[in-house]
Amino acid sequence: MTVRTLIVVPPAIRRGDVFNVRATIGHPMETGHRSDGAGGVVPRDILRRFECRLDGNTVFRATLYPAIAANPIMAFTLRAERSGNLTFTWEGDRGFRHSETVALNVGA
Amino acid sequence: MARRIEVRRRALLAGAAVFVLPAARAAEPELAEAIRAWAGGATPREGRVTFDIAPLVDNGNAVPITVRVQSPMSAADHVTEIVVFNERNPQRDVLRVQLGPWNGRAELATRIRLSTSQQLVALARLSDGSVWQQRVEVLVTLAACIEGA
Amino acid sequence: MRVPGLLLAALLALGASGDARKSGIDFMSPSLQAMQRDDAQNPGQLWVREGQALMARVAANGQRCIDCHAGAALDGVAARYPRLDGRRAITLAGRIDQCRERRLGLAPQGSDGDEVLALSAWLAQRSRGTPIAPDPRLADLRQRGAQLWRQRFGQLNLACTQCHDERAGQRLGGAPIPQAHATGYPIYRLEWQTLGSLERRLRGCLTGVRAEPFAPGAEEWLALEAYLMGRAAGLAHEGVAVRP
Repeated sequence: MTVRTLIVVPPAIRRGDVFNVRATIGHPMETGHRSDGAGGVVPRDILRRFECRLDGNTVFRATLYPAIAANPIMAFTLRAERSGNLTFTWEGDRGFRHSETVALNVGA
Repeated sequence: MARRIEVRRRALLAGAAVFVLPAARAAEPELAEAIRAWAGGATPREGRVTFDIAPLVDNGNAVPITVRVQSPMSAADHVTEIVVFNERNPQRDVLRVQLGPWNGRAELATRIRLSTSQQLVALARLSDGSVWQQRVEVLVTLAACIEGA
Repeated sequence: MRVPGLLLAALLALGASGDARKSGIDFMSPSLQAMQRDDAQNPGQLWVREGQALMARVAANGQRCIDCHAGAALDGVAARYPRLDGRRAITLAGRIDQCRERRLGLAPQGSDGDEVLALSAWLAQRSRGTPIAPDPRLADLRQRGAQLWRQRFGQLNLACTQCHDERAGQRLGGAPIPQAHATGYPIYRLEWQTLGSLERRLRGCLTGVRAEPFAPGAEEWLALEAYLMGRAAGLAHEGVAVRP
Protein backbone atom coordinates (compact mmCIF):
# COMPACT_ATOMS: atom_id res chain seq x y z
CA MET A 1 0.00 0.00 0.00
CA THR A 2 1.24 3.50 -0.75
CA VAL A 3 2.57 5.50 2.18
CA ARG A 4 0.54 8.66 2.53
CA THR A 5 2.24 11.79 3.81
CA LEU A 6 1.31 15.43 4.14
CA ILE A 7 4.12 17.94 4.66
CA VAL A 8 3.39 21.63 5.09
CA VAL A 9 6.10 24.31 5.01
CA PRO A 10 5.57 27.96 4.04
CA PRO A 11 6.05 28.51 0.28
CA ALA A 12 8.34 31.50 0.85
CA ILE A 13 10.45 32.07 3.96
CA ARG A 14 12.39 35.17 5.01
CA ARG A 15 15.97 34.56 6.05
CA GLY A 16 16.29 34.22 9.83
CA ASP A 17 12.53 34.05 10.46
CA VAL A 18 11.12 31.26 12.59
CA PHE A 19 8.61 29.24 10.57
CA ASN A 20 6.22 26.31 11.18
CA VAL A 21 6.72 22.81 9.84
CA ARG A 22 4.01 20.14 9.92
CA ALA A 23 4.53 16.55 8.88
CA THR A 24 1.77 13.90 8.90
CA ILE A 25 2.13 10.28 7.83
CA GLY A 26 -0.51 7.58 7.43
CA HIS A 27 0.25 4.78 9.89
CA PRO A 28 -2.04 2.79 12.22
CA MET A 29 0.30 3.13 15.23
CA GLU A 30 -1.06 -0.21 16.47
CA THR A 31 -0.35 -0.16 20.19
CA GLY A 32 -0.06 -3.87 20.83
CA HIS A 33 -2.71 -3.62 23.56
CA ARG A 34 -5.85 -3.76 21.46
CA SER A 35 -7.99 -6.89 21.66
CA ASP A 36 -8.32 -8.81 18.38
CA GLY A 37 -11.80 -9.99 19.36
CA ALA A 38 -10.61 -13.61 19.59
CA GLY A 39 -8.92 -13.59 22.99
CA GLY A 40 -5.57 -12.25 21.81
CA VAL A 41 -4.08 -8.86 21.01
CA VAL A 42 -3.34 -7.20 17.69
CA PRO A 43 0.48 -7.17 17.54
CA ARG A 44 2.33 -3.89 18.02
CA ASP A 45 3.14 -1.99 14.84
CA ILE A 46 4.23 1.58 15.46
CA LEU A 47 6.55 4.23 14.13
CA ARG A 48 9.44 4.64 16.56
CA ARG A 49 11.58 7.40 15.09
CA PHE A 50 10.97 10.60 13.17
CA GLU A 51 13.79 12.81 11.97
CA CYS A 52 14.02 16.00 9.96
CA ARG A 53 17.30 17.06 8.29
CA LEU A 54 18.12 20.34 6.60
CA ASP A 55 20.79 19.73 3.94
CA GLY A 56 21.92 16.68 5.86
CA ASN A 57 21.98 18.27 9.35
CA THR A 58 19.49 16.97 11.91
CA VAL A 59 17.15 19.77 12.98
CA PHE A 60 14.44 17.74 14.73
CA ARG A 61 14.43 14.25 16.14
CA ALA A 62 11.58 12.45 17.91
CA THR A 63 11.14 9.05 19.52
CA LEU A 64 7.52 7.93 19.28
CA TYR A 65 5.69 5.50 21.59
CA PRO A 66 2.31 3.72 21.34
CA ALA A 67 0.70 6.71 23.07
CA ILE A 68 1.09 8.73 19.87
CA ALA A 69 -2.18 8.73 17.91
CA ALA A 70 -2.63 6.95 14.57
CA ASN A 71 -1.64 8.85 11.43
CA PRO A 72 0.82 10.83 13.53
CA ILE A 73 1.35 14.53 13.00
CA MET A 74 4.47 16.30 14.24
CA ALA A 75 4.56 20.09 14.22
CA PHE A 76 7.65 22.10 15.16
CA THR A 77 9.55 25.26 14.18
CA LEU A 78 12.75 26.00 12.28
CA ARG A 79 14.90 28.94 11.34
CA ALA A 80 16.84 28.95 8.04
CA GLU A 81 19.49 31.22 6.63
CA ARG A 82 19.35 30.03 3.02
CA SER A 83 17.33 27.80 0.71
CA GLY A 84 17.89 24.09 0.96
CA ASN A 85 16.34 20.64 1.12
CA LEU A 86 14.31 19.44 4.08
CA THR A 87 14.27 15.64 4.37
CA PHE A 88 11.77 13.82 6.60
CA THR A 89 12.40 10.23 7.62
CA TRP A 90 10.11 7.89 9.55
CA GLU A 91 11.24 4.48 10.87
CA GLY A 92 9.34 1.86 12.80
CA ASP A 93 8.36 -1.73 13.49
CA ARG A 94 8.52 -4.40 10.80
CA GLY A 95 11.38 -2.62 9.07
CA PHE A 96 9.23 0.37 8.15
CA ARG A 97 11.18 3.23 6.65
CA HIS A 98 9.98 6.16 4.56
CA SER A 99 11.72 9.32 3.48
CA GLU A 100 10.51 12.43 1.73
CA THR A 101 12.23 15.67 0.74
CA VAL A 102 10.75 19.11 0.16
CA ALA A 103 12.49 22.26 -1.02
CA LEU A 104 12.84 25.23 1.32
CA ASN A 105 12.53 28.54 -0.47
CA VAL A 106 14.41 31.09 1.64
CA GLY A 107 14.95 34.66 0.48
CA ALA A 108 15.69 38.12 1.80
CA MET B 1 -22.14 -10.46 30.58
CA ALA B 2 -18.56 -10.98 29.42
CA ARG B 3 -19.31 -9.11 26.23
CA ARG B 4 -20.58 -6.05 28.11
CA ILE B 5 -17.43 -5.92 30.23
CA GLU B 6 -15.33 -6.37 27.10
CA VAL B 7 -17.11 -3.46 25.44
CA ARG B 8 -16.68 -1.25 28.49
CA ARG B 9 -12.98 -2.07 28.73
CA ARG B 10 -12.51 -1.45 25.07
CA ALA B 11 -14.39 1.78 25.48
CA LEU B 12 -11.82 2.86 28.05
CA LEU B 13 -9.03 2.11 25.62
CA ALA B 14 -10.78 3.53 22.59
CA GLY B 15 -13.02 6.53 23.02
CA ALA B 16 -13.05 9.35 25.51
CA ALA B 17 -13.75 13.01 26.12
CA VAL B 18 -11.12 14.86 28.14
CA PHE B 19 -11.30 17.53 30.83
CA VAL B 20 -8.15 19.23 32.15
CA LEU B 21 -7.51 20.33 35.73
CA PRO B 22 -4.21 21.60 37.20
CA ALA B 23 -2.31 18.73 38.87
CA ALA B 24 -2.51 18.84 42.66
CA ARG B 25 -1.76 15.34 43.90
CA ALA B 26 1.48 13.37 43.73
CA ALA B 27 1.93 11.12 40.70
CA GLU B 28 1.89 7.37 40.95
CA PRO B 29 5.31 5.81 41.72
CA GLU B 30 5.90 4.44 38.20
CA LEU B 31 5.50 7.88 36.68
CA ALA B 32 7.76 9.41 39.32
CA GLU B 33 10.37 6.74 38.55
CA ALA B 34 10.21 7.36 34.79
CA ILE B 35 10.74 11.09 35.41
CA ARG B 36 13.63 10.39 37.79
CA ALA B 37 15.31 8.03 35.32
CA TRP B 38 15.12 10.58 32.50
CA ALA B 39 16.03 13.63 34.58
CA GLY B 40 19.19 11.98 35.91
CA GLY B 41 20.53 13.92 38.87
CA ALA B 42 18.53 17.08 38.16
CA THR B 43 15.41 17.84 40.17
CA PRO B 44 12.60 19.07 37.92
CA ARG B 45 11.40 22.59 38.72
CA GLU B 46 7.91 23.88 38.01
CA GLY B 47 7.77 26.57 35.36
CA ARG B 48 8.93 27.64 31.88
CA VAL B 49 6.99 24.76 30.34
CA THR B 50 3.47 25.29 29.01
CA PHE B 51 1.60 22.06 28.40
CA ASP B 52 -1.54 22.75 26.35
CA ILE B 53 -4.26 20.15 26.14
CA ALA B 54 -7.71 21.18 24.92
CA PRO B 55 -9.98 21.43 27.99
CA LEU B 56 -12.67 19.31 26.36
CA VAL B 57 -11.76 16.71 23.76
CA ASP B 58 -14.26 14.39 22.14
CA ASN B 59 -12.21 11.23 21.91
CA GLY B 60 -9.18 9.80 23.73
CA ASN B 61 -7.91 8.29 20.48
CA ALA B 62 -6.46 11.55 19.19
CA VAL B 63 -5.91 14.31 21.77
CA PRO B 64 -4.07 17.36 20.39
CA ILE B 65 -1.26 18.62 22.64
CA THR B 66 1.20 21.50 22.37
CA VAL B 67 4.29 21.89 24.54
CA ARG B 68 6.11 25.25 24.61
CA VAL B 69 9.19 26.16 26.65
CA GLN B 70 10.32 29.70 27.38
CA SER B 71 13.84 29.93 25.94
CA PRO B 72 15.85 32.26 23.69
CA MET B 73 17.02 29.16 21.76
CA SER B 74 20.44 30.70 21.35
CA ALA B 75 23.68 28.74 21.12
CA ALA B 76 24.41 29.58 24.76
CA ASP B 77 20.90 29.04 26.14
CA HIS B 78 18.47 26.62 24.56
CA VAL B 79 16.24 23.60 25.11
CA THR B 80 17.90 20.30 24.23
CA GLU B 81 15.05 17.90 24.92
CA ILE B 82 11.29 17.88 25.55
CA VAL B 83 9.62 14.72 26.85
CA VAL B 84 6.08 13.78 27.81
CA PHE B 85 5.17 11.07 30.31
CA ASN B 86 1.78 9.70 31.35
CA GLU B 87 0.51 8.03 34.45
CA ARG B 88 -2.01 5.36 33.47
CA ASN B 89 -1.57 4.32 29.84
CA PRO B 90 -0.01 0.84 29.52
CA GLN B 91 3.45 2.51 29.22
CA ARG B 92 4.78 5.74 30.75
CA ASP B 93 6.48 7.24 27.67
CA VAL B 94 4.52 9.34 25.20
CA LEU B 95 7.16 11.23 23.23
CA ARG B 96 10.80 12.32 23.40
CA VAL B 97 12.02 15.15 21.19
CA GLN B 98 15.49 16.59 20.65
CA LEU B 99 15.89 20.25 19.76
CA GLY B 100 18.61 22.86 19.24
CA PRO B 101 19.13 26.56 18.52
CA TRP B 102 18.22 25.92 14.85
CA ASN B 103 14.59 25.45 15.89
CA GLY B 104 14.15 29.12 16.75
CA ARG B 105 11.47 28.26 19.32
CA ALA B 106 11.10 25.36 21.73
CA GLU B 107 7.70 24.24 20.61
CA LEU B 108 6.06 21.05 19.41
CA ALA B 109 2.53 19.85 18.70
CA THR B 110 1.15 16.39 18.07
CA ARG B 111 -1.81 14.14 18.91
CA ILE B 112 -1.68 11.52 21.67
CA ARG B 113 -3.82 8.72 23.04
CA LEU B 114 -5.28 8.67 26.54
CA SER B 115 -6.75 5.49 27.95
CA THR B 116 -8.26 6.91 31.14
CA SER B 117 -8.26 9.78 33.63
CA GLN B 118 -4.65 10.48 34.65
CA GLN B 119 -1.82 12.90 35.18
CA LEU B 120 0.47 13.92 32.30
CA VAL B 121 3.86 15.61 32.63
CA ALA B 122 5.85 17.58 30.06
CA LEU B 123 9.51 18.12 30.92
CA ALA B 124 12.26 20.13 29.27
CA ARG B 125 16.02 19.85 29.67
CA LEU B 126 17.99 23.03 29.03
CA SER B 127 21.53 23.43 27.74
CA ASP B 128 22.65 24.37 31.27
CA GLY B 129 21.45 20.98 32.51
CA SER B 130 18.43 22.30 34.41
CA VAL B 131 15.12 20.48 34.10
CA TRP B 132 11.68 22.15 34.09
CA GLN B 133 8.19 20.67 34.07
CA GLN B 134 4.47 21.22 33.95
CA ARG B 135 1.97 18.63 35.13
CA VAL B 136 -1.69 18.47 34.11
CA GLU B 137 -4.54 16.37 35.46
CA VAL B 138 -6.78 15.00 32.74
CA LEU B 139 -10.34 13.73 33.19
CA VAL B 140 -11.52 11.16 30.66
CA THR B 141 -15.14 10.15 30.06
CA LEU B 142 -16.65 7.53 27.81
CA ALA B 143 -17.71 8.09 24.21
CA ALA B 144 -21.34 7.50 23.30
CA CYS B 145 -21.46 4.77 20.68
CA ILE B 146 -18.70 2.19 20.89
CA GLU B 147 -18.44 -0.29 18.04
CA GLY B 148 -17.58 -3.90 18.62
CA ALA B 149 -14.04 -5.13 17.91
CA MET C 1 -31.29 27.62 -14.42
CA ARG C 2 -34.03 25.30 -13.26
CA VAL C 3 -33.58 24.51 -9.58
CA PRO C 4 -34.77 21.03 -8.58
CA GLY C 5 -37.98 21.25 -6.51
CA LEU C 6 -36.61 19.48 -3.45
CA LEU C 7 -33.53 21.68 -3.32
CA LEU C 8 -35.60 24.81 -3.84
CA ALA C 9 -37.89 23.86 -0.98
CA ALA C 10 -34.92 23.18 1.26
CA LEU C 11 -33.23 26.47 0.39
CA LEU C 12 -36.46 28.37 1.04
CA ALA C 13 -36.82 26.63 4.39
CA LEU C 14 -33.25 27.60 5.21
CA GLY C 15 -33.93 31.23 4.50
CA ALA C 16 -37.42 31.54 5.93
CA SER C 17 -37.74 29.94 9.37
CA GLY C 18 -34.06 29.81 10.35
CA ASP C 19 -32.79 26.31 9.67
CA ALA C 20 -32.73 24.18 12.80
CA ARG C 21 -30.44 21.69 11.10
CA LYS C 22 -26.85 21.59 12.34
CA SER C 23 -23.88 19.69 10.98
CA GLY C 24 -22.07 17.27 13.27
CA ILE C 25 -19.22 19.79 13.41
CA ASP C 26 -21.37 22.01 15.63
CA PHE C 27 -21.45 19.27 18.28
CA MET C 28 -17.67 18.97 18.47
CA SER C 29 -15.14 20.67 20.72
CA PRO C 30 -13.23 23.71 19.35
CA SER C 31 -10.02 21.69 18.96
CA LEU C 32 -11.76 19.00 16.94
CA GLN C 33 -13.44 21.66 14.79
CA ALA C 34 -10.00 23.12 14.16
CA MET C 35 -8.69 19.67 13.23
CA GLN C 36 -11.36 19.43 10.54
CA ARG C 37 -11.16 22.96 9.19
CA ASP C 38 -7.37 23.24 8.99
CA ASP C 39 -6.19 21.26 5.96
CA ALA C 40 -2.73 21.05 7.56
CA GLN C 41 -4.23 19.21 10.55
CA ASN C 42 -7.06 17.19 8.99
CA PRO C 43 -5.90 13.54 8.74
CA GLY C 44 -8.39 13.07 5.88
CA GLN C 45 -6.10 15.19 3.71
CA LEU C 46 -3.75 12.20 3.52
CA TRP C 47 -6.44 10.47 1.45
CA VAL C 48 -7.34 13.61 -0.53
CA ARG C 49 -3.75 13.84 -1.77
CA GLU C 50 -3.76 10.17 -2.67
CA GLY C 51 -7.03 10.59 -4.55
CA GLN C 52 -5.57 13.44 -6.56
CA ALA C 53 -2.61 11.26 -7.52
CA LEU C 54 -4.92 8.38 -8.47
CA MET C 55 -6.83 10.61 -10.89
CA ALA C 56 -3.66 10.88 -12.97
CA ARG C 57 -2.48 7.29 -12.45
CA VAL C 58 -2.12 5.23 -15.62
CA ALA C 59 -3.99 1.93 -15.24
CA ALA C 60 -2.82 -1.33 -16.79
CA ASN C 61 -5.05 -0.70 -19.82
CA GLY C 62 -3.36 2.66 -20.42
CA GLN C 63 -6.34 4.75 -19.26
CA ARG C 64 -6.42 7.49 -16.62
CA CYS C 65 -9.39 9.03 -14.78
CA ILE C 66 -8.44 12.46 -16.09
CA ASP C 67 -8.74 11.23 -19.69
CA CYS C 68 -12.52 11.61 -19.19
CA HIS C 69 -12.70 13.87 -16.14
CA ALA C 70 -10.36 16.76 -16.81
CA GLY C 71 -10.09 20.10 -15.04
CA ALA C 72 -12.98 21.21 -12.84
CA ALA C 73 -15.49 18.80 -14.40
CA LEU C 74 -16.07 16.90 -11.15
CA ASP C 75 -16.40 19.91 -8.82
CA GLY C 76 -19.48 19.65 -6.60
CA VAL C 77 -20.34 16.13 -7.74
CA ALA C 78 -20.30 14.62 -4.24
CA ALA C 79 -23.25 16.84 -3.29
CA ARG C 80 -25.42 15.28 -6.00
CA TYR C 81 -25.20 11.60 -5.06
CA PRO C 82 -26.85 9.12 -4.77
CA ARG C 83 -28.41 9.53 -8.20
CA LEU C 84 -30.24 7.53 -10.81
CA ASP C 85 -27.93 5.58 -13.10
CA GLY C 86 -30.05 4.00 -15.83
CA ARG C 87 -32.82 2.27 -13.89
CA ARG C 88 -31.13 1.95 -10.50
CA ALA C 89 -29.82 4.40 -7.96
CA ILE C 90 -26.09 4.47 -7.34
CA THR C 91 -23.93 6.02 -4.63
CA LEU C 92 -20.79 8.00 -5.38
CA ALA C 93 -18.63 5.14 -4.11
CA GLY C 94 -20.57 2.77 -6.33
CA ARG C 95 -20.03 5.08 -9.30
CA ILE C 96 -16.30 5.31 -8.60
CA ASP C 97 -16.07 1.51 -8.51
CA GLN C 98 -18.12 1.24 -11.69
CA CYS C 99 -15.82 3.66 -13.51
CA ARG C 100 -12.70 1.92 -12.21
CA GLU C 101 -14.03 -1.41 -13.43
CA ARG C 102 -15.45 -0.41 -16.82
CA ARG C 103 -12.93 2.26 -17.90
CA LEU C 104 -9.72 1.22 -16.16
CA GLY C 105 -10.26 -2.54 -15.97
CA LEU C 106 -9.68 -2.59 -12.19
CA ALA C 107 -11.39 -4.93 -9.71
CA PRO C 108 -14.18 -3.26 -7.66
CA GLN C 109 -13.29 -2.58 -4.01
CA GLY C 110 -16.50 -1.49 -2.29
CA SER C 111 -17.07 1.82 -0.52
CA ASP C 112 -14.19 1.31 1.94
CA GLY C 113 -11.58 0.02 -0.48
CA ASP C 114 -8.30 1.94 -0.46
CA GLU C 115 -8.64 3.54 -3.88
CA VAL C 116 -12.37 4.17 -3.57
CA LEU C 117 -11.85 5.95 -0.25
CA ALA C 118 -9.02 8.07 -1.64
CA LEU C 119 -11.03 9.05 -4.71
CA SER C 120 -14.14 9.68 -2.58
CA ALA C 121 -12.04 11.94 -0.34
CA TRP C 122 -10.71 13.88 -3.31
CA LEU C 123 -14.22 14.33 -4.71
CA ALA C 124 -15.48 15.43 -1.28
CA GLN C 125 -12.72 18.03 -1.19
CA ARG C 126 -13.82 19.30 -4.62
CA SER C 127 -17.39 19.54 -3.32
CA ARG C 128 -16.64 21.49 -0.16
CA GLY C 129 -19.16 24.31 0.19
CA THR C 130 -21.54 22.94 -2.45
CA PRO C 131 -25.16 22.67 -1.20
CA ILE C 132 -26.40 19.07 -1.00
CA ALA C 133 -28.71 18.61 -4.02
CA PRO C 134 -30.60 15.30 -3.96
CA ASP C 135 -31.73 13.69 -7.22
CA PRO C 136 -35.50 14.44 -7.48
CA ARG C 137 -36.05 11.13 -9.28
CA LEU C 138 -35.23 9.11 -6.14
CA ALA C 139 -38.34 10.03 -4.13
CA ASP C 140 -39.48 6.40 -3.76
CA LEU C 141 -36.04 5.29 -2.55
CA ARG C 142 -35.91 8.16 -0.06
CA GLN C 143 -39.36 7.13 1.18
CA ARG C 144 -38.05 3.60 1.79
CA GLY C 145 -35.11 5.13 3.65
CA ALA C 146 -37.46 7.24 5.77
CA GLN C 147 -39.27 4.05 6.81
CA LEU C 148 -35.98 2.46 7.86
CA TRP C 149 -35.04 5.64 9.74
CA ARG C 150 -38.16 5.24 11.88
CA GLN C 151 -37.96 1.47 12.28
CA ARG C 152 -36.70 -0.07 15.55
CA PHE C 153 -33.64 -2.31 15.25
CA GLY C 154 -31.62 -4.65 17.39
CA GLN C 155 -31.64 -5.90 20.95
CA LEU C 156 -31.71 -2.29 22.13
CA ASN C 157 -34.82 -1.85 19.97
CA LEU C 158 -33.97 1.68 18.92
CA ALA C 159 -34.85 3.60 15.77
CA CYS C 160 -32.42 6.15 14.29
CA THR C 161 -35.00 8.90 14.71
CA GLN C 162 -35.20 8.38 18.46
CA CYS C 163 -31.60 9.54 18.97
CA HIS C 164 -30.90 11.75 15.98
CA ASP C 165 -34.23 13.59 15.67
CA GLU C 166 -35.84 13.42 19.11
CA ARG C 167 -32.70 13.58 21.27
CA ALA C 168 -30.11 15.38 19.17
CA GLY C 169 -28.15 17.77 21.38
CA GLN C 170 -28.73 15.65 24.48
CA ARG C 171 -25.91 13.49 25.83
CA LEU C 172 -25.33 9.76 25.65
CA GLY C 173 -22.49 8.48 27.79
CA GLY C 174 -21.07 11.99 28.20
CA ALA C 175 -20.94 12.82 24.48
CA PRO C 176 -23.49 14.97 22.60
CA ILE C 177 -25.82 13.20 20.15
CA PRO C 178 -25.51 14.82 16.70
CA GLN C 179 -28.38 15.28 14.24
CA ALA C 180 -26.67 12.84 11.83
CA HIS C 181 -26.54 14.84 8.60
CA ALA C 182 -24.30 13.06 6.11
CA THR C 183 -22.55 16.21 4.88
CA GLY C 184 -18.90 15.25 5.39
CA TYR C 185 -18.34 11.79 4.01
CA PRO C 186 -15.98 10.03 3.78
CA ILE C 187 -15.14 10.97 7.39
CA TYR C 188 -11.97 10.58 9.42
CA ARG C 189 -13.49 9.02 12.51
CA LEU C 190 -11.34 9.06 15.64
CA GLU C 191 -13.06 5.89 16.82
CA TRP C 192 -11.78 4.10 13.67
CA GLN C 193 -8.53 6.06 13.52
CA THR C 194 -8.94 6.01 9.77
CA LEU C 195 -11.17 7.24 6.92
CA GLY C 196 -14.50 5.52 6.31
CA SER C 197 -17.71 5.65 4.30
CA LEU C 198 -21.29 6.39 5.30
CA GLU C 199 -22.07 2.69 4.89
CA ARG C 200 -19.36 1.84 7.43
CA ARG C 201 -20.84 4.39 9.84
CA LEU C 202 -24.34 3.00 9.41
CA ARG C 203 -23.02 -0.51 9.99
CA GLY C 204 -21.48 0.76 13.23
CA CYS C 205 -24.81 2.26 14.30
CA LEU C 206 -26.61 -1.03 13.69
CA THR C 207 -23.94 -2.92 15.65
CA GLY C 208 -24.28 -0.29 18.35
CA VAL C 209 -27.95 -1.14 18.89
CA ARG C 210 -27.03 -4.86 18.72
CA ALA C 211 -28.68 -5.45 15.37
CA GLU C 212 -27.47 -7.66 12.56
CA PRO C 213 -26.30 -5.23 9.82
CA PHE C 214 -27.97 -5.53 6.41
CA ALA C 215 -26.27 -7.87 3.93
CA PRO C 216 -23.54 -6.45 1.65
CA GLY C 217 -25.17 -4.82 -1.37
CA ALA C 218 -28.61 -4.79 0.28
CA GLU C 219 -30.96 -2.07 -0.91
CA GLU C 220 -31.37 -0.83 2.68
CA TRP C 221 -27.94 0.81 2.57
CA LEU C 222 -28.86 2.70 -0.59
CA ALA C 223 -32.27 3.71 0.75
CA LEU C 224 -30.79 5.07 3.98
CA GLU C 225 -28.06 6.98 2.16
CA ALA C 226 -30.62 8.47 -0.22
CA TYR C 227 -32.86 9.42 2.70
CA LEU C 228 -30.01 11.01 4.68
CA MET C 229 -28.82 13.07 1.74
CA GLY C 230 -32.40 14.20 1.12
CA ARG C 231 -32.71 15.11 4.80
CA ALA C 232 -29.57 17.21 4.45
CA ALA C 233 -30.70 18.97 1.24
CA GLY C 234 -29.38 22.51 1.06
CA LEU C 235 -26.73 22.06 3.76
CA ALA C 236 -23.20 22.67 2.53
CA HIS C 237 -20.94 19.71 1.87
CA GLU C 238 -18.08 19.92 4.36
CA GLY C 239 -15.42 18.14 2.39
CA VAL C 240 -13.70 15.39 4.38
CA ALA C 241 -15.01 15.75 7.94
CA VAL C 242 -13.45 14.70 11.24
CA ARG C 243 -15.74 13.03 13.75
CA PRO C 244 -15.24 11.50 17.23
